[in-house]
Amino acid sequence: MAVRLQYENSSDIGVFSKLTNTYCLTAIGGSTNFYSAFESELGDVIPIVHASIAGTRIIGRLTAGNRHGLLVPAGTTDQELQHLRNSLPDTVALQRIEERLSALGNVIACNDHVALVHPDVDRETEEIIADVLKVEVFRQTVADNVLVGSYCALSNQGGLVHPKTSIQSQDELSSLLQVPLVAGTVNRGSDVIGAGLVVNDWCAFTGMDTTAAEVSVIEAAFKLQGYDSSRVIGEMRDALIDNWA
Amino acid sequence: MEFVPPTLVHRVLCADCGTPIEPNSANLCIPCLRNSVDVTEGIPKSASINYCRNCDRFLSPPATWTIAQPESRELLAICLKKLKGLNKVRLVDAGFIWTEPHSKRLRVKLTIQKEVFTSTIVEQVFEVEYVVQHGQCPDCTKLAAKNTWQAVIQVRQKVSHKRTFLFLEQLILKHNAHKDTVSIKEVKDGLDFYYAHESHAQKMVEFLASVVPVQTIRSAQLISRDTHSNTANYKFTHSVQIVPICKDDLVCIPAKQARSLSNISPLTICSRVGNTVHLLDPSTLQETDVTSPVYWREPFSALASVTDLVEFIVLDIEPSGVVKGKHVLADAEVAPANSFVSKSGNDADMDMDSHHGSLDTTYHTRTHLGGILQPGDTVMGYWLTRSNFNSTAFESLDSSRIPDVILVKKSYPNRRKKSKQRNWKLKSMAKEAEEGAGINESGGYGRGALGRRGGLDQKKVERDYEIFLQSIEEDTDMRAAINLYKGQSLRAPAVSTNEMDTGKSRAAGSSKKKGMAAQFAMDVDEAPAGAADASETATEDGRGRGRLPRVKLDELLDDMEELAIHDEEE
Repeated sequence: MAVRLQYENSSDIGVFSKLTNTYCLTAIGGSTNFYSAFESELGDVIPIVHASIAGTRIIGRLTAGNRHGLLVPAGTTDQELQHLRNSLPDTVALQRIEERLSALGNVIACNDHVALVHPDVDRETEEIIADVLKVEVFRQTVADNVLVGSYCALSNQGGLVHPKTSIQSQDELSSLLQVPLVAGTVNRGSDVIGAGLVVNDWCAFTGMDTTAAEVSVIEAAFKLQGYDSSRVIGEMRDALIDNWA
Repeated sequence: MEFVPPTLVHRVLCADCGTPIEPNSANLCIPCLRNSVDVTEGIPKSASINYCRNCDRFLSPPATWTIAQPESRELLAICLKKLKGLNKVRLVDAGFIWTEPHSKRLRVKLTIQKEVFTSTIVEQVFEVEYVVQHGQCPDCTKLAAKNTWQAVIQVRQKVSHKRTFLFLEQLILKHNAHKDTVSIKEVKDGLDFYYAHESHAQKMVEFLASVVPVQTIRSAQLISRDTHSNTANYKFTHSVQIVPICKDDLVCIPAKQARSLSNISPLTICSRVGNTVHLLDPSTLQETDVTSPVYWREPFSALASVTDLVEFIVLDIEPSGVVKGKHVLADAEVAPANSFVSKSGNDADMDMDSHHGSLDTTYHTRTHLGGILQPGDTVMGYWLTRSNFNSTAFESLDSSRIPDVILVKKSYPNRRKKSKQRNWKLKSMAKEAEEGAGINESGGYGRGALGRRGGLDQKKVERDYEIFLQSIEEDTDMRAAINLYKGQSLRAPAVSTNEMDTGKSRAAGSSKKKGMAAQFAMDVDEAPAGAADASETATEDGRGRGRLPRVKLDELLDDMEELAIHDEEE
């Protein structure tokens, strides 16, 4: 199930929220609609936390996390850290890391088992990621972009990557992640997937500009609403073959 | 057979319609992109262009009118100028789509490019339809309202001949001072020059003041006034009066005025007219300048002019030693030239005493021409004893001190009678006008300068022109001030006589059409020429021939225009 929403007239909801299988973070904002949209979908399953990181609302870009843990940048205040610790379930590890590339959401893309990171992150950071998130870490690029967190969205079911990712690199990433990947867009042709889409294993939220065609690709890629991704990919292959035959 | 799968092409679905496409920067398929953005937004799809049906010109914004052929580059430029939003896009191609001329429509096909999203450039082809609005341009409006000029210069010289204007015409041509002139009209005693702008007229007035002594009066007539914008529309009239004293005129100044002019003798001849009048006393070589303001304070008129000159033969000449510039004072003994030709046969050894009456008398006089006169030369002079002047200043002179004869200039009777073909010629403003826009029957418009008033003063103008041409030949100073061009005889030796006549008799052909002018020229020119040739053979003795004033070849200019149009004439 994919839900379309916007944050204060912006379709880049991935900037202002973070969604995993065990918790959801939303930015503190003037409007409650954004929070309500999450609450109506997730309210009785996982905690939804109003949070700010380093005094800003762009929490989706500054944090990285999965079911096992949450990483926050060095700029996070003690008060914010305390609030998060109090709000998140005890099983979720919370770690503040000293990393030069402080927008952790942009440099780390992860599901519950594997993380792709920016090629330039510190070795220590890489170890912390592996320890806190309990994942295998791979230094990778997506369609020649080093900001892997910005240009792809991953869940344990599948992944959506930058539209210009070649088939070879899709195959390579797919074999690393052990999930099928689909190249696509969000927000009517926007290629910054991470900014337009947050996803966990059973639901996805995308920007208000996302078209029906894109929603169908997203649902197929992340196997939401009973779709089988192999079927979607098979359909795409058929369409391609039709087109080229 | 082995199945070879086609190489997989990387595709994504179009964000709008879901068609698989190769990913582009907008991630939309081309039709969806076209649907979602319109790069022609802000560019009008129809416009109008203005066309003047009188002069066949298009308005090129903001205010110029240019001639443009249908489907030409110029017209396309005008069309594109009319489109407002074109500066915001990149114009790749533009061209006309054919339309029926009478439809008053022009269709232009444009190809433009514009960046729509970040680094997404969309190219689009579209058509713009122009309505050609027929109208009248300001120039034609002025012409239609007969409101073509803003300033007029009325140049007048109150003398009986046109030589000053003929010289002025050459000066104007040399300095190209008639460049901005809208039209030139001949009136009694002068010319009217019309100008579209007052500033052009003022320039011309200043030019005239720099070459001839003039008095100028400027006046303005209010045509219209706008009290709201505080502007007014005037017509200006410059009345330019040229001093009516010409070269070689005999002048008698009132005694009081003569005293103030460096105490010159009252009876003088005018030696030169520049932007002042130069007066010369031939008996003392004293010279004085009369500037235009001094003249107009107390105007005086000429006592006698070039047409009153009488031909004399120099019998004896004796320089008295006083030299001033090119003038040499000399005592001369002269006799009227017609006393010789009245007898038949042997002129040379004729006895003076056998004549009767005043014709056989010889006169002693003082002259400034001592440097150029030899015994036996002919000379032009004023014969005062035979003249009757109606002038108070002349009457108040002491009659005993008035010379019998005042010699003015040397003459060349042989050359004059022969009516030789000149190896040079002058340009004329009238000719330019004929070659140009053409003049109507009444001669009211166009730019011909002189001889415009039909048959009335045609002969007079022609005679004046001949005198003018002779004075150019005789006077190097005058030649230096104007442009002479190589004549037809120098360029094309084998032209028919008829053509030579046409070329030579420019005086005849000013306002009239060419054919008429040629015919007229033949009537006038050939008769005296033939008669002169017949009588000449007997009298010619080679005496004067060696001294004939000739214009040197290196003084002449090539006439580029004539070279170009020579074919048409034949």
